Amino acid sequence: MSMNRETILNIVLAALLIAVPVIAQIMGEPFIITLATKVAILGMAGVGLNIALGYGGLVSFGHAAFFGIGGYAAGILASHALNYEPIMTAPFEINGTTQMIVIWIVALIASALVALLIGAITLRTSGVYFIMITLAFAQMIYYFAISWPAYGGEDGLSIYVRNSFPGLNTLDPISFFALCAAMLGVAIAFSAVLIRSRFGLALHGARQNSQRMMAIGIAPFRVRLVAFVISAMITAWAGALYADLNRFVSPSMLSWHMSGEIMVFVILGGVGRLFGPVAGAALYIILEHLLGGMFEYWQLPLGILLLVVVLFARGGLIGLLAGERKHA
Amino acid sequence: MKGTKTTIAALAALLMAGAAQAEPVKVGMITTLSGGGAGLGIDARDGFMLAVKQANNPDLTVVIEDDQQKPDIAVQLADKMIQSEKVDVLTGIIWSNLAMAVVPSAVAQDKFYLSVNAAPSQLAGKGCNKNYFSVSYQNDNLHEAAGGYATSAGYEKTFVMAPNYPAGKDSIAGFKRFYLGDVSGEVYTKLGQTDYAAEIAQIRASGADSVFFFLPGGMGIAFMKQYAQSGVDIPLIGPAFSLDQGILGAIGDAAIGIKNTANWSKDIDNDTNKAFVETFQAEYGRLPSIYASYGFDTANLLLSAMGKADVKDADAFRDALRAADFNSVRGKFIFGPNQHPIQDIYVREVVKEGDVLTNKIIGTALIDHADAYASECAM
Amino acid sequence: MFSLFLEQLLNGLQSGVMLFLMASGLTLVFGVMGLINLAHGSLYMVGAFACAAVAAWTGSFWLGLVASLMAAALAGALVEMLVIRRLYKRDHLDQVLATFALILIFSEGTRWIFGSFPLFLNVPEALSGTVTMPGGSEYPIFRLAIIVAGLIVAAGLFALIGKTRLGTRIRAGEADREMIAALGINIDRLYTVVFALGAALAGLAGAFVGTTQSVQVGMGEPVLILAFVVIVIGGIGSIKGALIGSLLVGFTDTMGRFLLPIGFEAFFDPASATAIGSALASMLIYIVMALVLFLRPSGLFGTEA
Repeated sequence: MSMNRETILNIVLAALLIAVPVIAQIMGEPFIITLATKVAILGMAGVGLNIALGYGGLVSFGHAAFFGIGGYAAGILASHALNYEPIMTAPFEINGTTQMIVIWIVALIASALVALLIGAITLRTSGVYFIMITLAFAQMIYYFAISWPAYGGEDGLSIYVRNSFPGLNTLDPISFFALCAAMLGVAIAFSAVLIRSRFGLALHGARQNSQRMMAIGIAPFRVRLVAFVISAMITAWAGALYADLNRFVSPSMLSWHMSGEIMVFVILGGVGRLFGPVAGAALYIILEHLLGGMFEYWQLPLGILLLVVVLFARGGLIGLLAGERKHA
Repeated sequence: MKGTKTTIAALAALLMAGAAQAEPVKVGMITTLSGGGAGLGIDARDGFMLAVKQANNPDLTVVIEDDQQKPDIAVQLADKMIQSEKVDVLTGIIWSNLAMAVVPSAVAQDKFYLSVNAAPSQLAGKGCNKNYFSVSYQNDNLHEAAGGYATSAGYEKTFVMAPNYPAGKDSIAGFKRFYLGDVSGEVYTKLGQTDYAAEIAQIRASGADSVFFFLPGGMGIAFMKQYAQSGVDIPLIGPAFSLDQGILGAIGDAAIGIKNTANWSKDIDNDTNKAFVETFQAEYGRLPSIYASYGFDTANLLLSAMGKADVKDADAFRDALRAADFNSVRGKFIFGPNQHPIQDIYVREVVKEGDVLTNKIIGTALIDHADAYASECAM
Repeated sequence: MFSLFLEQLLNGLQSGVMLFLMASGLTLVFGVMGLINLAHGSLYMVGAFACAAVAAWTGSFWLGLVASLMAAALAGALVEMLVIRRLYKRDHLDQVLATFALILIFSEGTRWIFGSFPLFLNVPEALSGTVTMPGGSEYPIFRLAIIVAGLIVAAGLFALIGKTRLGTRIRAGEADREMIAALGINIDRLYTVVFALGAALAGLAGAFVGTTQSVQVGMGEPVLILAFVVIVIGGIGSIKGALIGSLLVGFTDTMGRFLLPIGFEAFFDPASATAIGSALASMLIYIVMALVLFLRPSGLFGTEA
C-alpha cells in the first residue's frame, strides 16, 4: 500500500510536469513553459545532489560548483563557436561547438575531474566539516570565476542563441522543455537503477555502518567518492541545460546561494526520495513566481512557509503526501 | 502653485498623446527591488513612475518585476515580459551584468530597450543595436570625467582603486583615459569587501596626492567611513554612484567635501529639473537620486516618442526616440550615433544643507562628452 | 615599509577579533546544542540595525550599543524558543533549511521595517581621531578600541566558561547531553541562555562593525561564511579553536590582500601582478581552510565530529 502511494504520487508528479506545459502551449502561455523547464532543470540538479545527500548521507554545501562548471562548459564552448575563435591552437586546434551533445560530454568530464579532486580531499572529513569544506571549494571556484577576465568575470557570458540538438528547434519553448524533461527522466531513471544496484546497497551500507563494510571488503571511501562524482556529474549536466535556458552563464551559478537553493529543493521535496527534488523545485518556483508578483517583500512569506514545511512536514513534500520512507 | 504646474504638464502630455494615433504601449520594467541593492532599483522605478503619473497617459501601461539582482532571474523575467505580457519596451535594469544577460536577446526579438542605468561598453561599441538606447550614460563616462577633473585640478600622483570585476576594471581604464598624471598605486579589491583597513594603509604609504575610487553600494559606504576615521586626508574623487542621494545619509559627515562626477545633480538650473526635484520630494518624501533622474528622463523620452509615432511602426518609433524631443532634467539631451547620450558631466561636491547631506555642482568636467566606443558601432 | 607592515598586522588583529565575536557564538551553539545556525549572520545584522536606530534616535552610540546587545539577545531567545528548540533532535539538513528560511525572514523583515536604504552609524565622538604609532603612521583610535573590547569580551567568555556555574553546565552539555538532564539542570533554559549569549555576541560584533561599514540588509552573510570558515579551521565546538581560527583568518586575509599583489610584481608586470594577486587573495582563506582540513580533518582543536 505504502509503496504504491509513493509510486502513484511520482506518476502524478511526472504527469503534471508534462501536462502543464502542454496545456500552456495550447493556451498560448509560453512563459509557463519556461517556468516548467526551470523546474525540470533545477529538479535535475537536485536529483544529482540527492545521490550524494539523500542516498550517501554526504551533505554537500558546494554543489553550485558543479552546476556552474556545467554552465560554463556550455557558455565557453558556445562563445568560441559563435565568435569563430578556436579554444586552443597548439599543439592542435580545438574549436568551440554549439552541439548540445558535445557540450554535455565536456560538462560531464570536466565536472567528474573536479569532483574527483574535491571529493578525494573533502571525503576525509565528515559531518559539519564536510558541509563546510565543500562550501569552501565552491567559494574558491566562485571567486576565481569572478576575477578571471577571459570569460566575462562577474558580468558573465551571453550565448545569444540556444545551442542545438539534432532534429529539434531548441529555441521553441515546448521543444526545449521536452528535451529538458527527457534528460530529467534519464537522470531519475539512472538514480533509480543506481540505488537498487549492488553499488547502491554498498553506498547505503557505507552510510549506515562503515566498519561492517570494511569487514566484508568494501572500502567506504571509494564508494562515497564514486557517489560524489556521479552526483556532481548529474548536477553539472543540469547546469549545462540551465545555461541554455537562460542563454547566459555567470558566477551567480557558482554562488553559495545556489548551493543552498539546490539543497532546499531536495529537502523541501523529501531527502532520498526519487521525485523529491522535482517536487521541491516545483513548489519553490511556483511560490517564487506567485509571491513575487503579489508583494514587494515576498521573501518574507516564502521564508515563513519554508519554516513551516521543515518544522511540521517532516520528510518534505513527498513524505507529507506519501508517508514515511521505507528503508531499503 | 506646485499643483498647478503638475496639472499643466499632465495636460500638455495628454494633448501631445492625443495628437498621434494612440496605440497602447506596454512597458516591462525589470529592476532590483529586494536585497541589499534594492535602493537603486526603487529610485529608478519611482522616478519612472513619477513621470508616468504626471503624464497620465491612458495608453501607457507599465509592468514591474523584481530581478533580485540575479542575472538568471532577470533573463526569465525578460522571457515572461516578452512571451506572456507581450510588452513593446523593456527598461529598468540597474546592473551591467544583468543588462548583458537580458539586452542582447531582447533587442534581437525586436523589443525596444531603454536603459535607466547600466550601459556596458559591449553594447556601445561592436554590440550596439538599433533598438537599444541608453538614457543614462555609457558606463565609462563618469569615470572618464573623474580623470578629466583630476587632470584639470592639477593632481599628478593619483592612487586608483576598484573592485576586481569587469566594471571595476572598466572604471580604472576610463579614469586613465582622461587622466594625464601618474598613477601612484593601483589596487583591485574583492567584490563585496567591507573592510578597507589594508587598502587605506597602502594609500597612506603611497605618497599619492589624490585617490580615485569606484566602490558602488555598501562597499563605498564602508570605505568612506573608514577613510574618514583613519585620519588620512588625501582628497577623494569618485563617480557619483558612491556619493549619491540614497546612500549619503549612511556615510554621514564623512562624505562632506568629497568630489564626485555626475551628469545630473539636483541643482542643475532648469525648470524641468526644479519641478522634478519638487514633485519627487512631495510624492515620496525624500530627495531624488541620479537613478531617479534617469528613470524620470527615460519615461519622458518614451512618452515623447509615443506622442510622435505608433509603437507598432518600429522604424518611426525608433526615429521618434532618436530625436529625443523631450525636456530632460539635465537640460539639453541628444543621442550620439550609437544611441548613447552626448552630454556635459559635472563635478559635484558633497555639502550639508541644513541637516541633509546632498551634492552641489562646482564645475564642469567634460563638455558635450560622447563615449569611447561610438566609432566601433556600425549602425 | 615597517610602519605599513605594523599597521597591517593591527588590521589583521582587529578583523580577527571581530570574527571571534561572531565565531564564538556560532561554535558555542554548535558545541552545546549540536546545531548549525545559518541565521547567525542575521543576529549580527539585528545588532547593527538596533545600534544604528537607537543611536540615531537618542544621539548616543553607547545607548545604541546596549540596544544592540539587548535586541540581538532578545531576537536570539525568541528564535530559540519558537523555532530552534524544535530542531535539536533533527539532522543537520533540517537545521540548514530552517535557518536558511530564518535568513529570508530576518532580511525581508528588516527591510520592511527600516526600508531599502542603508542606515547611518558612526564612531562615537570620544573614540574618533587617530594615534601616532611607532614608525610615525596614524592609526584610528576606534580600531584600537575594537581590538581591546574584543579581547576583553574574549577573556570574559573564557572566564565565564571556565569559572562560573553557567560555564560548568555549558561544558557538561558539550560533554554529555544526557548527563545535564540527570543533574537536574533545566536544559530548555540552559539552551535558551546559551543561544541568547551567542546572539548577543553576534549583535555586539554587528554594532562595532556597523560603525565602520554599511548598515544594510544582507550585511551578515559574508561574515557568516567567514565565521564558518573560522570555526571549521579551529575545530567545531572549541572556543579556543575559534580564537586561533579567527586570528588566523584575520591575518591571512589582511596580509594576503596586502602582500600577494606586491609579491607577484617580482614575476609579472604590475597590472597582471595586481590582477593575479588580488584574485588569489580573495581565494586565500578558503585555500587555507582546505589545507587545514586536509591535514587535520576535524580542525585544529576539534574532537572527532
